[in-house]
Amino acid sequence: MNELVGKPVDRVDGRLKVTGTANYSAEYYPKNVAYGVIVESTIAKGRIKNIDITTAGKAPGVINIMTYKNSMNLHFPQSSDPGGGKYAEKDLLPLQNDRIFYGGQAIAVVIAETFEQAEQAAMLVTADYEKDKPVFDLEKNVEKAYKPVAGLGGSQIQMTRGNTEAALQNASVKLEETYTTPVYHHNAMEPHATTAEWNGDQLMIYDATQSVMGSKNLMAAMLGVEPEKVRLVALFIGGGFGSKGFSWPNTVLTAMAAKLVNRPVKLVLKRQQMFTNAGRRTQTIQKISLGTDNTGKLNAIKHATTSESSFVDEFVEPAGVATAMLYSCANADINHSLVRLNKGTPCPTRAPGEAPGTYAIEAAMDELAYKLNMDPIQLRLVNYNEKDEQKNQQFSSKNLKECYQRGADAIGWAQRNPKPGSIREGNYLVGYGMATATYPANRSASTAKAVLFPDGHAEILCGTQDIGTGTYTIMTQVAADALGLPIEKVKVKLGDSSYPKGANSGGSQVSASVGPAIRAAALGAKSKLVKMAIADAGSPLHGQKEETIIADNGQLHLINQPDKGETYSAILNRHGLDKIEVLATTNVSTRQQQEANPAAKTGAEAQAAQESKSNPAVQEDEHTDRKPYSFHSFGAQFVKLRVDAQLGTVHIDKIVSVMDVGKVMNLKTAKNQIMGGAIFGIGMALMEETAYDPNDGRVVTRDLAQYLVPVHADMPEFDIQFIDKPDTIISPIGARGIGEIGITGITAAIVNAIYHATGKRVRNLPVTPDKLL
Amino acid sequence: MEPFKFIRAQDNNNAIAAAAVADAKFIAGGTNIIDLMKLNIEKPHQVVDINALKLDKIETLSNGTIRIGALVKNSDLAYHPNISKNYPVLSEALLSGASAQLRNMASVGGNLLQRTRCPYFYDTSYPCNKREPGSGCSAINGYNRNNAVLGTSDKCIATHPSDMCVAMAALGAIIHVQGAKGMRSIPFADFHLLPGKTPSIETTLKHGELITAVDIPVMSFAVKSHYLKVRDRASYEFALASAAVVLDVQGGRIQHARVALGGVGTKPWRSTVAEKVLTGALNNEQTYRTAAEAALSAAKPYTHNAFKIELAKRTLVRALTTVGGMS
Repeated sequence: MNELVGKPVDRVDGRLKVTGTANYSAEYYPKNVAYGVIVESTIAKGRIKNIDITTAGKAPGVINIMTYKNSMNLHFPQSSDPGGGKYAEKDLLPLQNDRIFYGGQAIAVVIAETFEQAEQAAMLVTADYEKDKPVFDLEKNVEKAYKPVAGLGGSQIQMTRGNTEAALQNASVKLEETYTTPVYHHNAMEPHATTAEWNGDQLMIYDATQSVMGSKNLMAAMLGVEPEKVRLVALFIGGGFGSKGFSWPNTVLTAMAAKLVNRPVKLVLKRQQMFTNAGRRTQTIQKISLGTDNTGKLNAIKHATTSESSFVDEFVEPAGVATAMLYSCANADINHSLVRLNKGTPCPTRAPGEAPGTYAIEAAMDELAYKLNMDPIQLRLVNYNEKDEQKNQQFSSKNLKECYQRGADAIGWAQRNPKPGSIREGNYLVGYGMATATYPANRSASTAKAVLFPDGHAEILCGTQDIGTGTYTIMTQVAADALGLPIEKVKVKLGDSSYPKGANSGGSQVSASVGPAIRAAALGAKSKLVKMAIADAGSPLHGQKEETIIADNGQLHLINQPDKGETYSAILNRHGLDKIEVLATTNVSTRQQQEANPAAKTGAEAQAAQESKSNPAVQEDEHTDRKPYSFHSFGAQFVKLRVDAQLGTVHIDKIVSVMDVGKVMNLKTAKNQIMGGAIFGIGMALMEETAYDPNDGRVVTRDLAQYLVPVHADMPEFDIQFIDKPDTIISPIGARGIGEIGITGITAAIVNAIYHATGKRVRNLPVTPDKLL
Repeated sequence: MEPFKFIRAQDNNNAIAAAAVADAKFIAGGTNIIDLMKLNIEKPHQVVDINALKLDKIETLSNGTIRIGALVKNSDLAYHPNISKNYPVLSEALLSGASAQLRNMASVGGNLLQRTRCPYFYDTSYPCNKREPGSGCSAINGYNRNNAVLGTSDKCIATHPSDMCVAMAALGAIIHVQGAKGMRSIPFADFHLLPGKTPSIETTLKHGELITAVDIPVMSFAVKSHYLKVRDRASYEFALASAAVVLDVQGGRIQHARVALGGVGTKPWRSTVAEKVLTGALNNEQTYRTAAEAALSAAKPYTHNAFKIELAKRTLVRALTTVGGMS
C-alpha cells in the first residue's frame, strides 16, 4: 500500500480557501445579527470619571451601548486543566469596573444594526478620566524588576547547575553582552473575530481561536453557564501565532453584548485594536555571559532576561529556557525577571522564549567564536551535547551535527572568507551567518473519533483546530493510511467543541498530540471491521486470522491472496449498520507536571478512555517509557546576505534551513511552516518593532503601514531541508511539531551574517539602515 | 466613517460645481482618501467622483511638453514610453511607490494631494495641528523616527509621503487647475506649502478647484536621471530618504543639475542650493558630497530621526554618482 504520510499532499482545504468558501468566524450571518465595535481607553492608567454615550446613543442604527455600568457580571475563570483555556488577563475581566490599566483597554461596546453604524457611533463615545502617571518604559524601570516563580502552566524558568559565577571568574575567555528585542505584534491576517448567538441559556459562538476547547470552557466559566450549554466553533483560522491562544476581551464581550441586546452579535477587532487588545511579544533585555577554556569549551553560561508583564496578569517570555539545554556546559544560570507596566498583558508569540532567546544566545556564540578565532560551527561542535544536562535526560532523538553539515554545504560555508568585511561586490558587502535552531517537542492528551460509513467513506472528529498550518491535511493523511482508504474517502472534522477533546494549537504540539489519537481511533475502527468479517460466516474472510488480513483502498483482503476479500461497504451493509464508531484517547504528555494530574473525564472522554483500554495502538503508545528522555527538535540556520555599505540596507540572498523534527508528515506543509518561520525571523531581524509614544505610553505604530513585516521583495531564495528520521519515543507517528522551530535561530543567523559582512555588531533589534550607517 | 452624499460628475464644470459646497471632496483612485475617511480623519459630506472626466490622457504638445491628465493612473504614467525613456527619474519614482495594486488605482492628481503618514495624524485620539488646527503636535516630542528634518516648524514635522512629487519637483512640473473662476497654472515649487503656523493648509489649491493636468516641460538631458529610494523594507514602504537627480554632464563638468529629496521634507524638497553647487562644477565625488552637505545644511533633527540627515546625504551622493557615471 502507498503511504500518504510524508508525501507533499496538497491541502485538502486549499480549494475552499482560494475560492473564498472556507468560512472564518466573522463569516457567519445568523438571522437578525447586530454588530459590535469596541471603544478603547485613550489613557494608559487611571479611572473613568464619566463616560458619555448620549450622542453615540442617538446615532443612526445604535441598539445599545455596553459599558461597565450596564454589562453583566463576569466570573473569574479558575482552570487547573492545562487544556482548559487561559483568559489573557486574570485580574481584568472586561467592562466590570472603571479602572484603566493600559492604553487601548476596552471601555465600551457599541452595538448597532450595521458595522458602519457601530463604527461611527463608537467614535462618538467620549470619556472623562482621572489620569494617573503610567509606567511604560521597560528600560527606564528595570530597577522595579522581580523574579517570577514560574512560567506559563507552572513551567520552570529559574534554573541553575554548578557554580556559574566561579566558573566565569576562572574562564580563560569571557564574553558578556546585552541583547535587546523590541515589542512585536503577531498580526495574523485574520483579525480576532467572534459571532455569538444565545438561544435561551444555550450559547453558540464562532470564534477565531487556537483552542476551541479552551475558549469554550472559559466562556462557560466567565459567563456562569454550564459548559454543556456552550458550543464553540472555529472551522478555519487565518493564523494565530499565539495571539489567539489566550482568550482576549473580544470573545466574551461579544457574548455579553448578544445577551444585552438579545440578538446575535458579531464583533471583529480592527487592525488597530490588534495592537492593544490581543497580546504582543514583550520587549526583552537579555544579558548573556559565556566563559570558555582556551579550546572554546564552555564552562559557564549565564542568560538573564528582563521582560515586561502587566498589572493585571503575569506572563514570562521564557527566553533563556532553551539555553539551559542547548550546549554542554557544567555551570549554568538561567534566570528571568519581570517589570510590570501599564500595557496590556504580553502573551506567547510564535516560539515564545525561543525566538528572542535563540537570537541572544546564538548571536553571543557567534561573538564568542570570533573572540576565540574559531569557526562558529566548530565552536558549536566543541560544545555539542548528547543529553539535556539541565534535566539530566538523553534526547529522544537528535541529529544536529548532520543539520550543520548539510546547511554548511548548501550555503557554501567552507568557501567563504571568514574575515568580517572581506567580501565586497560593488556597493555591497557580502556576509554569511549561521545559528542553531531549537524548539521543545511537546505532546499532550488528545481524543479522537473515527467513523466508518456503509458507502465506504470515513469521518474523523477531533476538537483540535487548524490555524492555517495544514492540520486538516496531515490528519487526513494519517487517518487514510490507518484506515486503508484513499485520501478522498476521508473527511477530517476539526474546530468544534462538540467533538472529542483535542489539543490546543500552541507549543507546536498538534501533530504529535492529535496524530496518535486519530491513528489509534482509525486503527481501532479498522480492527473492528476485520473482527466482524472474521466472525461472519457470510464473509470471504470468515475464520481467517486478523494478522493475515490487510486493509487497502477500502477493502479487506488476505495478504497472500489479494483476490480473497471484500469491501468495507459490503461488511457494513451485510450487518445492516449505518456506521462503525471508535473513540481513542492517548493520555501522553511530554510535560511531566501535566501527566500527574489528568483532568477528570466525563461523557465521551470517559467512554474514550474505556474503549482505549482494549486498543493496542493506544496501549503500545501509552506504555512507551518516556521518563528517561528530553524532547526537543533541532536545526541549523544559514544565511547569505548583502549590505549596502553606504546606505545600510540589507538584502538577504539565501536562507538554508536544515531541520531535525522527527518524521516529516507532509513535505509541502512542512516546508511552508519552516519558510513562514524564517520570514518571521527576517521581520524580527530587520524591520519589525512596535513603537510606543514616549509621553503617554500608548502604541503609535498601529497598522500594517506603520508596523512593517517583510514583503515579497524582501524574500530570499529558500533551501529548506529535513533530516526526516522518525522520533519513535515521542509517538508512534514519529513526528515532533514544526510550527515554531522555523523562527528560532534565524534572527541570530541574519545578524551574524551582517556582522560578517560589515564588521558591525548590532545588539538591539531590528537592524534597520540607521544602525548600519 | 461619517455618512456622505456621493455625486458622480460627468464633466469638469459639473465636478467643480458639485465640489463648491463646504465639506466636499473629489475622489479619483481613492487610495488615500478612503483610508482617511474610514478613520474619521477626512470627513467630507459630499464626495464627488471625477472618474468619468476626460482627464486620462498623456499627450505630447507641439513644443514637446508632456501633458499628463490628472486621472492618469500612476502605473500608466510610469510605463508610458516617453516617460520611461526620456524621464526615467519620474518613472522610477512612481514605480518605487506603494504596490502594483495601488499604482493601478492611484491617479496623478490624487498623488499630488497625498497626505502625510505621520502616525499621530492617523490616530484621532492624539493632538495634531494638521488634522485639528491648534490642538498641538504630538510628533515633535513623541515618536518621530519617520518625520521630517527639512522644512519643519514648531507646529508640524510631518513628512510629505509622495515619491512621484519628488521627481516632479526636480523636473519643474507645472500643475493646471480649474475652478469656478476659470483656469490657472501653478509651478510645482509653489504648489505645496511648508507647514509654518498652518500645517492643515498643505497646498495653494483653493477649495473646489480641480487639478486637470500636470505638464512636464522639455528637458532633453533628463534622459540621464535617476530616483533612489532608501527604506526599511524593499517594497511597499515610504522613504526614509530618497533623491531625484537629473544631471547634464559635458566634458567632465556638470552643465545643468536638478535635485530633489523625499522622505526628509515637509514638502517635496527641491534643493536649489545643491543644484547651485553642482552647476558648473567638476563631475566627481567631491562635488557630490559638497552638494549633499549643502542640501541638508538647514536640516533639523528630532529625537529619533537624526540619522535621516546623514542617510539623505549618502542617498543623494549615491544618486548623483549613478547619474554622473551614465555614459
